Amino acid sequence: MTWTWFHRLASPPYIYALAARLTPWFAWPAALLIAGGLWGGLVLAPPDYQQGDGFRIIYVHAPSAWMSLMVYTTMAIAAAVGLIWRMKVAHAVAASCAPIGASFTFAALVTGALWGEPMWGTYWQWDPRLTSELVLLFLYLGYMGLRAGLDDTQRADRASAVLAVVGVVNVPIIHYSVTWWNSLHQAPSVMRLAKPTMAISMLVPLLMMLLGFTLFFVAILLVRLRGEVLSRERAASWIREVVSA
Amino acid sequence: MSQFLDMGGYAAFVWPSYAVTLAAIVLNIVWARRSLARSREEARRRLAMRAEER
Repeated sequence: MTWTWFHRLASPPYIYALAARLTPWFAWPAALLIAGGLWGGLVLAPPDYQQGDGFRIIYVHAPSAWMSLMVYTTMAIAAAVGLIWRMKVAHAVAASCAPIGASFTFAALVTGALWGEPMWGTYWQWDPRLTSELVLLFLYLGYMGLRAGLDDTQRADRASAVLAVVGVVNVPIIHYSVTWWNSLHQAPSVMRLAKPTMAISMLVPLLMMLLGFTLFFVAILLVRLRGEVLSRERAASWIREVVSA
Repeated sequence: MSQFLDMGGYAAFVWPSYAVTLAAIVLNIVWARRSLARSREEARRRLAMRAEER
């Protein structure tokens, strides 16, 4: 097996060009899926027999919560690769993930509160699922704060990577919190090994939103990654061509 | 239409949820583009400084 693909992925000019080329291939399908998912979720799906139209919050809450965990996992893996192989591009990926993950973790918490009030009778409860998700937001903010506090990019990369890798223990805690402890929050109805427990007309828009958000993440990541790669390059001649264009 | 906007009485919870999430989407687009533009500007400035030193 040859490792050329791995070395090419570590090459900043190659990554910069590849990221620019790939962005529309993720952005446009994301836009179509999210538009379709919104239409399906708000208009086509029938009201829930218990929650009425209030259940429609699921189409923004579940994808936001999925993003909060998936983006963190991506960030931790990239940070680990950066630490182990001293790969600048991997650190650039990790740094690009944090603001995306933080914003969707915030959205997951707010939409969850707005769903909790009518259904559970409270916006907030120090419940295992809710609390661990709040910890996730603080992990993202801590990661970004740590990076902002260190002027030297290489030191910021290494220090923040350690935080990202250590913090990943929170991801399974969030996911299994509803099974391990008594929680107000319901158990997973889609992200589970067995068949989803939703009617198909409700499920399809949700799957479209989940996939759409995931592709959106990749598109935003690719845009941010180009900036992060540029800021890690000092004198390389390829930069001149890129920034003068 | 007004029935749709009413969301079966859950309008006060459904619409703010969608607003917050769509705001997250839009802000991510704006922030990402701004961050790339900033990095390009900084790289351009670095190159200009280097050219002056020579």
